[in-house]
Amino acid sequence: MAHLQAHAEKQIIEIISRYKDEKTPLMMILSDIQKEFGYIPLEVQELVSEQIGVPVAEIYGVVTFYSFFSLNPKGKYVIGVCLGTACYVKGAQQVIDKFSEILNIKPGETTEDGLFTLEALRCIGACGIAPALSINGKVYPKVAVSQVPAIIEEYRKMGGAN
Amino acid sequence: MINTKQELLQKIEVCSEQINDKFSGKGGKRSIVICGGTGCLSSDAQAILEKFQELIPAKGIDAKVSVNQVGCFGFCSQGPFVKIFPEDTLYRGVQVSDVEEIVEKDLLNGEIVERLLYVDPVTKEKIQKQDEITFYKKQVRVALHGCGVINPENIEEALGYGAYKGLLRALSMTQQEVIDEVLAAGLRGRGGGGFPTGRKWQFALNQNSAEKYVVCNGDEGDPGAFMDRSILEGNPLAVIEGMAIAGYAIGAQNGYFYVRAEYPTAVARLRKAIEEAKKIGLLGENILGTDFSFDVHIRLGAGAFVCGEETALLNSIEGKRGMPRPRPPFPAVKGLWQKPSIINNVETLACVPYILREGAEKFASMGTERSKGTKVFALGGKVNNVGLVEIPMGTTVRDLIYEIGGGIPNGKEFKAIQTGGPSGGCLTAKDLDTPIDFDNLVALGSMMGSGGAIVMDEDNCMVDVAKFYMEFICDESCGKCSPCRIGTKRILEILEKITKGQGTLQDLADLEDLSEAVKSNSLCGLGQTAANPVLSTMRQFKDEYIAHVVDKQCPAHICKDLMQYYIVPEQCKGCSKCSRVCPVGAISGVIKQPFVIDQDKCIKCGMCISSCPFHAIIKK
Repeated sequence: MAHLQAHAEKQIIEIISRYKDEKTPLMMILSDIQKEFGYIPLEVQELVSEQIGVPVAEIYGVVTFYSFFSLNPKGKYVIGVCLGTACYVKGAQQVIDKFSEILNIKPGETTEDGLFTLEALRCIGACGIAPALSINGKVYPKVAVSQVPAIIEEYRKMGGAN
Repeated sequence: MINTKQELLQKIEVCSEQINDKFSGKGGKRSIVICGGTGCLSSDAQAILEKFQELIPAKGIDAKVSVNQVGCFGFCSQGPFVKIFPEDTLYRGVQVSDVEEIVEKDLLNGEIVERLLYVDPVTKEKIQKQDEITFYKKQVRVALHGCGVINPENIEEALGYGAYKGLLRALSMTQQEVIDEVLAAGLRGRGGGGFPTGRKWQFALNQNSAEKYVVCNGDEGDPGAFMDRSILEGNPLAVIEGMAIAGYAIGAQNGYFYVRAEYPTAVARLRKAIEEAKKIGLLGENILGTDFSFDVHIRLGAGAFVCGEETALLNSIEGKRGMPRPRPPFPAVKGLWQKPSIINNVETLACVPYILREGAEKFASMGTERSKGTKVFALGGKVNNVGLVEIPMGTTVRDLIYEIGGGIPNGKEFKAIQTGGPSGGCLTAKDLDTPIDFDNLVALGSMMGSGGAIVMDEDNCMVDVAKFYMEFICDESCGKCSPCRIGTKRILEILEKITKGQGTLQDLADLEDLSEAVKSNSLCGLGQTAANPVLSTMRQFKDEYIAHVVDKQCPAHICKDLMQYYIVPEQCKGCSKCSRVCPVGAISGVIKQPFVIDQDKCIKCGMCISSCPFHAIIKK
């Protein structure tokens, strides 16, 4: 636990206390930690284990099973390109390939400057506006390959990683 | 606080009057509703709402006009929508910049803004009212009841629009009578398998246990389907009511919603509806002064498709890896925390209040002999009218695609419609007159699934489509059983080989054998149906597979290794646009003379084809 800063530890204990009345609250706790910190490193899993009495091995199993949980920090901007069927048949693969090419990362990876993470999403349910992508929750409708450079530029301008 | 059935009846009466006044414009009051579904929200629907909220008081008409956000209108490709009562005027494709004109013309002067009306693509006529649009004409709203009509964050609007009348009736019946009603309605599970809902409930009722659970499966993972999201966003109270009726019928005290984390709007509205329902006593201890107590909770998924499988879902709620459990024991016997549980999907539960409110007979009067009621389809892909469509079971595929869907865009030819997502298969032109129901789709080698319906045209390669689904399944296979974990990977490898032009006829035979093996040996529904897209496309489009394997050609020009971009010299004017956009400098030539693509350099990105003003570049 030595690695964890005191305020982070306090915050995690607060998250755990939110669900003290729920049965088997592990997923809810992990979701909140992922949301607040952007990732769930081993030190955090140890702390959760100690607090709720679930073995670390089990927690690690859960963290690595679900695609929303990550062991490593994600970029400041998470670009999720929907590869659901409706988007795929309307050219979403070309869109994600373009992001890959410009950012020089594969889906699932983060740029070296920590600014972007590229992800392939499985249907965000926005099929009416396919192909769609979402950047930190903001949905972009009917994205054309030719728009990709401008979208990246928009976020590069907005800010460096901090 | 509503303490008795009588009080609820009185409340419903007051609310009904309010909402009817709103629709009829009593006292000269008008009402604007704006679509707040995910599709429209990403096209600035929130900003449109705020603009109305700003302009209406500014023009001094706030006493006469109310503004509300409602759930999904379903016709997503035409959004964002703004609808005005009592005239029932529907504006489509509204931009923030149009709001001022709507306020000035329509709200202040009673003139219709003609340019924002829907134009019928066949008759070219402008259509003012929603119900007169062909897309809506054949639809019947049972599961989507209230979506696009009521404000999902206002429980009084829901109560005025039929909510809790179903539970009221259920509470006057015995548990067995409620189950008999659902059985008589012929309701089958809308999440995939089509198992009779009433029978599931009966198994759970028959279990002797003080602790039972109702679980709502809102882990809508089928890529291309979004009806559950829209129901939760548009009328969450209907699903809560359905859950409460199920809870009463089987003797459960608690219900759990398991919703995808990808649906933040749906979760927020559901949470709000639960809070409101608790506040006025429609959930909690001794509901309406009866012995029935029922509470509901929300759990979020974390991005695992397999959690849509009911036993994997239970494990996920229990804080474990979302892997399926062997059955038996079935969840009705040992489910959540080993207690008897029923798991129903969102659309199924949304049908339950209708059945109790309107009666089983009315529900069963729609549909075919063995599939009753309606089904919501998420119509998408290469079709003009993209959106959510609720149709009586038994509607033909042709009506779905050509009438409601408005046909195929850009004069292209219909090739296939994929139903049932990664578990389903394709229907082709010869199946167009098939009435859609559970059994007909299975007989054709596909399945209903959750209701995804993706239309493909001549430009879609069916081997590529099969590969797409297999990539999805490989990613999402939980790895517990080897037929699914290893088998799907081997199938994908063969498909990749074929799309690269390295396939052989032996590969096709292997593909079929492997698919059958995965199908018959996997532990859960995910693996058992995983090979369906491959088997179905192989059966329906054998010639396309042969073209890839024998002729080394992709007839749709999709598979990159089997196609080339080519400049037709007779059509090329030598403008050099293509060579300027080419990212790898593969195109060269002299101005005003035909350009040429160097096939060794070409990475087949397609930039040139979209840049050519003369359509001189083709794929071959």
